[in-house]
Amino acid sequence: MTVGSAVLSILVFPGFLFLVAFGLAGEFVDRKLYARLQNRQGPPWYQPLADFLKLLGKENVIPEDADRPTFRLAPVFALAAAVASILYIPLWSTTSVLPFEGDLIVVLYLLIIPTVAFFLGGWTSRSVFATIGAFRAITQVFAYEIPLFVALLAPALLANTWSISGIAAYYAGHPWLWLVNLLGFGVALVSLLGKLERVPFDTPEAETEIVAGSFTEYSGRRLAFFRLAIDCEAIVGASLVAAVFLPFGLGLSPALGILVYLAKVLFVLGILALLRTLFARLRIDQMVHFCWSVVAPIAFLQILINLVVRELI
Amino acid sequence: MPDKKRTVRVPIGPQHPALKEPESFMVDLQGEKITSVALRLGYNHRGIEKGCEERTYMQDLFLLERVCGICSHSHATAFIQAVEEIAGLEIPRRAKYIRMLIAELERIHSHLLWLGVAGHEIGFDTLLMYSWRDRELVMDLFAELTGNRVNYAMNTLGGVRRDIAPEQFPHIQKIVDALEERTKYYIELAMTEETLAQRLSGVGYLSKEDAIRLGAVGPTSRASGADRDTRRDDPYAAYDELDFKVITDDHCDVFGRTVVRLGELMQTYSMIRQILKQMPEGPIAVKAPLKIPAGEAVSRYEAPRGEDVHYVRANGTDKPERVKVRAPTLANTQSVAKMLEDGYLADLPIVVAAIDPCFSCTDRTIAVRGDRDSKTMGWEELVQYGVRWYRDRGVDPSRIKVRGDESA
Amino acid sequence: MARTPWRRPGRMVPSLLRSLFRHPATTRYPFVKWVMPEDFRGRPVVHTENCIGCKMCVRNCPSGAIDIEKVGEKQFEARIDLGRCVYCARCAEVCPKKTIELTKDFELAAFDRKTLKVVYDAPPPPAPAASPEAGPESDAGA
Repeated sequence: MTVGSAVLSILVFPGFLFLVAFGLAGEFVDRKLYARLQNRQGPPWYQPLADFLKLLGKENVIPEDADRPTFRLAPVFALAAAVASILYIPLWSTTSVLPFEGDLIVVLYLLIIPTVAFFLGGWTSRSVFATIGAFRAITQVFAYEIPLFVALLAPALLANTWSISGIAAYYAGHPWLWLVNLLGFGVALVSLLGKLERVPFDTPEAETEIVAGSFTEYSGRRLAFFRLAIDCEAIVGASLVAAVFLPFGLGLSPALGILVYLAKVLFVLGILALLRTLFARLRIDQMVHFCWSVVAPIAFLQILINLVVRELI
Repeated sequence: MPDKKRTVRVPIGPQHPALKEPESFMVDLQGEKITSVALRLGYNHRGIEKGCEERTYMQDLFLLERVCGICSHSHATAFIQAVEEIAGLEIPRRAKYIRMLIAELERIHSHLLWLGVAGHEIGFDTLLMYSWRDRELVMDLFAELTGNRVNYAMNTLGGVRRDIAPEQFPHIQKIVDALEERTKYYIELAMTEETLAQRLSGVGYLSKEDAIRLGAVGPTSRASGADRDTRRDDPYAAYDELDFKVITDDHCDVFGRTVVRLGELMQTYSMIRQILKQMPEGPIAVKAPLKIPAGEAVSRYEAPRGEDVHYVRANGTDKPERVKVRAPTLANTQSVAKMLEDGYLADLPIVVAAIDPCFSCTDRTIAVRGDRDSKTMGWEELVQYGVRWYRDRGVDPSRIKVRGDESA
Repeated sequence: MARTPWRRPGRMVPSLLRSLFRHPATTRYPFVKWVMPEDFRGRPVVHTENCIGCKMCVRNCPSGAIDIEKVGEKQFEARIDLGRCVYCARCAEVCPKKTIELTKDFELAAFDRKTLKVVYDAPPPPAPAASPEAGPESDAGA
């Protein structure tokens, strides 16, 4: 691809601008659905954009004891990693912008970086609440990351490829085979809740316990970028789950394909919003226990099923 | 083995999202485990007891109502019952029934508020939104019956100020029926929702002996099996004419407190039905004197949070000599440190919320016996102390300009 | 209360999905006006033409919010500080001539504290030939 089209892909579509716009829209959908499920009205469509612009205009306060370079760069790393990973996920065709064998692993790696950035941001803030939040964020990683990896591994095993685009192409060629992976879909959704730090797994950012967790000392544009990074991560995670577990309707005309893609992502976001409304927040020890005793075994079961199916085909 | 070096001190409060009112809990943490809690009260002290001494009894009624927004009728009624006892006034039966009706409606609104706050503290915002939506029914009912959503000002010396018209009875009945349906849903939710049970069970354990020893009152003590309820043990208003059960539970933890409060809600609905059916006819107030003869009285009242004690001393003038308020949260706060022992930091908000704290009620003057650091000061000495304290910190009171109004 | 043995997560799903299709319980205040019920204790209004200047209201007010001033023969002016008023309706209760009425007006927030001091002008002196008119009331600016 030429330099021009590469720059266009990274910065505009499906890169930075598209992801930011879709991220803000996704946050609106999530908040509106959350409110409607609670019999409330919910914010208007421009609310996430208004919040972002408002935060940009606020004063930037850096704590005296904080480690300044890391404190400043953490939000940037989080946002950059989230934006970079969209380039490897096929959105409505069977190829992404930069497909190669092994990009599944790269995307999973890139998606851990925001959590590490939250941890670093909280750790270098040198505030008690931020430290506790950072601890909890990293502890949570050990709980949900393994089931997520394993669950995403299962369709790759069946498709015999390490590339997300390859997975999409395989399932496009074998219709209805993706139904085998439904258990993995459930596991991936639960793990996505953990990655995005949503209820019931939002102990790193428990408002009533540790004020704002890792983000306690952040204000102004750095907080705006952190929140934008979470929104973009939500879209990327939803796109990844949709590409790996719901690989149907690919290969249609671009217009129809875009609609199918939007529908899939909104469906995933809708389920995440429903799960957010449904549960109370779990304590960190309860969360780790739940993930290792319930979620991880189901993920391994899915691998077993896929191995069996692979032999049968 | 606890390592002294690795202990972190976390200030929960006075400003903290978990607390609805300022209170200071200095928590020592090791990892996520709490090793000790140091409690500090007094951020809400407004000098209400002193203010009562300079106002007449009727003016004090409105002042004491504003001790707390949620249990305002409790404080007003407890106070006026003490004054009526000193003055030897016998209020009409209809007035007693109306006071009981408002008291039970207040219990509904307070327990629904608690349910929402408890949901919020464990991150279950849906429960908050649902229960507070149902609470709006009671608030609107209060606005119709008494003229305001909070601070109802129904009491007067010698009875109540407003009558409940018979046309309003079916309306009250309808609201109570609707709320009873909703409360049954919440009870079922508390029993069967897995994440709620995980957060509420086994948390904030307080054994029966500790509850009695530390002086817990209200649902906090009833959830630990200590069977105490002022409405049954020392009936005021007309509670001896009502038929109700005192709900106790033996879970001894936050789940037990939830069960007790939800059970009390169901009892309250049945009590309101009895009140509406048995409401006697008659006047709603007797004439009360302006000057109350000398005497003193202690009045106890079962507020939604527990036993509320008011002590009033009159000296023959139209202003009381001393008013002392012992709010239920003051009795319950001492059990919080015991409940948090060996707990997790994540449980602190829900454990504190489970005693249904109302720190505005709590912060009155208390004298701690045996404390060598304390001093007793008179009024003039206190003023001088305040001036000296600020001057030591570089604040010169003569240079302070008050911006804005010049009138009194 | 016995504990049901069967506990599962997600108990609220039916209720949540029902809420999704119901009208939200939110009132779009202030775009939709909220009217308080009758006998709501809102802003007090003094009908000064009936006032006899006994100052029972001033003596009984818990917060010292009301003040009555004589400006002429049988003419009294009432000043209420809406910031100090607690809307308890004690003044309305003790007034022997039932001059004070608490309206349903509750939207009293103001940017400037001075505008919360409301003055109810005394009625004009009775003219010898014409019939006396009711005194105009000045409104709080808010």
